[in-house]
Amino acid sequence: MKTLAHYLLSPQALAELSDTQWDILLRQAQSARLHGSIAHIAPAKEYSEVVTRQLQSARVVSQANQRAVQWELCELKKTLAPLGIPLIALKGAAYVLRDLPCARGRFLTDVDILVPRARLAQVEDALKFAGFSNAQHHPYDQKYYRQWMHELPPMQHMKRGSSLDVHHHILPLTARAHPPIELMLASAVPAADGWLTLCPEDMTLHSITHLFFDGEWDHALRDLWDIHQLLQHFARENVFWHKLLERAKVLQLLEPLMWALAVIQQWFNTSMPEDVAHEVQQFNASQMRRFMHKTFIAGSTPDHASCRRRSHIWARRLLFLRGHYLRMPLTLLIPHLIRKSVRLEKDARAEV
Amino acid sequence: MKLSDIPYSQLQQRLRDKGVDVFMPPYRVRLTTTLVAVMEELSQLYADYLIFENDAACDFHICLFEPNGLRRFFRRQVQFALDEFLPFKPLPFCQAHAMLEWGLNWCVGNRDQTHLIMHAGVVAIDGKALIMPAASGSGKSTLSAALSQEGFQLLSDELCLLQLDGQKVTPMTRPVSLKNQSIDLIKARYPSTVFSRTAYDTRKGTVAHMRPPQKSVQLAALGPFNQAPTPALMVIPQYVADSTMQWHSVAAEEALNFCISQIFNFSVLGETGFDALLQLLRTIPVYSLSYANLDEAIPFLRAQLEQTSVA
Repeated sequence: MKTLAHYLLSPQALAELSDTQWDILLRQAQSARLHGSIAHIAPAKEYSEVVTRQLQSARVVSQANQRAVQWELCELKKTLAPLGIPLIALKGAAYVLRDLPCARGRFLTDVDILVPRARLAQVEDALKFAGFSNAQHHPYDQKYYRQWMHELPPMQHMKRGSSLDVHHHILPLTARAHPPIELMLASAVPAADGWLTLCPEDMTLHSITHLFFDGEWDHALRDLWDIHQLLQHFARENVFWHKLLERAKVLQLLEPLMWALAVIQQWFNTSMPEDVAHEVQQFNASQMRRFMHKTFIAGSTPDHASCRRRSHIWARRLLFLRGHYLRMPLTLLIPHLIRKSVRLEKDARAEV
Repeated sequence: MKLSDIPYSQLQQRLRDKGVDVFMPPYRVRLTTTLVAVMEELSQLYADYLIFENDAACDFHICLFEPNGLRRFFRRQVQFALDEFLPFKPLPFCQAHAMLEWGLNWCVGNRDQTHLIMHAGVVAIDGKALIMPAASGSGKSTLSAALSQEGFQLLSDELCLLQLDGQKVTPMTRPVSLKNQSIDLIKARYPSTVFSRTAYDTRKGTVAHMRPPQKSVQLAALGPFNQAPTPALMVIPQYVADSTMQWHSVAAEEALNFCISQIFNFSVLGETGFDALLQLLRTIPVYSLSYANLDEAIPFLRAQLEQTSVA
């Protein structure tokens, strides 16, 4: 049996799997949140009753997710349109709006939007007036988000139950990179229903930045599959690769782009122009970077008993620390982690 | 092969080792556990269930285990895993066998989107299903348990699996969860029934599970496609102590709203689910029943169900 990535790339190979192999594949896919994508691409065939039930359920859930996101965007527009700000959707919601290949079969949990920082207070007021409230009540969490993060504390609608992340930047204010967000805001392009998305290069770079500055690599393969599909889709336009590299330099995101290209090339054999492939190879030449590359690959292997090795667990731990290190300077991070762990202890004791 | 065909020592060994694939209609469940309470529960309440010897895909990979750490020695706990996912916080160790049942219900309610899943008891006679949707605490499990002991086929005391064409109910026959006074009531009324050990001080009060009748288990094992009962009557039951029995027809829009409030995956299924529900409510009459006495309610429901005709 081959890897989950292999079956994502060659759906026709799914038809050859035995029932037991399906059992393993679906569980790996579930742990990576990719079973909706697998269900979407699985060739029509008579599978066992159990497999049929799981594939159909996954398809139904991903369709429900897409419907819910579209409905939420429609409601948000009513709330935010009077403010006269550009309505920019990010991540999953953007993929749905533009009906990109990576939206098909994808699971979506919340809606992410980007607003100019100067209008943040107004946006928050309007959303609260429309029934959203902060999902995090602890004063320290509130302070953490408002002072250091690139988004408001996550919000939830009191009636619809939907989750919303309002971003004003793509990286925490305390992070080790500071892409000029005004450039990204200015280049946003119309998508559908009055909504905008980031332009193709920025959308790809955001997807990459999000993963490669993050510490949670539990379902990284899903994010890498997104990135691969975005690149394949946008690269139908010849100048895309050139524009992407230029943009990465301007936004100071060349390093995460290089990491990402190396990793998706290994997982998905992503086709890229020779000069880009060469640049990636050169970037990865040093021993330290080869080690990091291996860590990314190990960390993005589906987190499931059927394919887990001890090295994957260590890789994910390392990536967790790396994510925090990149997002906050140590002078802030260490007090933050101590506070969080003390609180976790307290919460655990309170439950008993 | 039935679960009771495996010697208990061998069953224990297999549960500890690779797990046992039990057919809990319509699902294939692979259960692994090291906990004696769960093994006992399985051998007593699931004795009539089929087990699979071949290796194949399973709907749910379930493991009940004791979490690592100090709590192994002090106020022991039990945890439920669906594959590697932990949907719940650990429970006190003495609730292990009940956690198996609650966990399985969670799996069905959250992972099966091939049925419209309603919070309802379902029983049947001659392939005609009586669906009893009700909020918790209205006595739907007690009524389902009693009906199952008086000649009705038990499909479920908790989850009605309506097929998406709205025309058949898939049996999901499993032990019946009884709470507080209804445990003694059913034990006294039907002395031959087999019960799990009783779990005290759970979130739902005192809980015990009743072994489902063998005939119902055998019918359910025929699968969702062969001979699944057809909905014939919907009754919204309500136990009211010291009252006289009341039987009212429920208006269509009221029935629709009540059903929606009792459906777990209504928004997930969207239009498909709405159509299935509409199809159901167009074909069967809906009544509300309040009763104080099972001796009065059971013959009455039997007569009502026998009067209905299904297409």
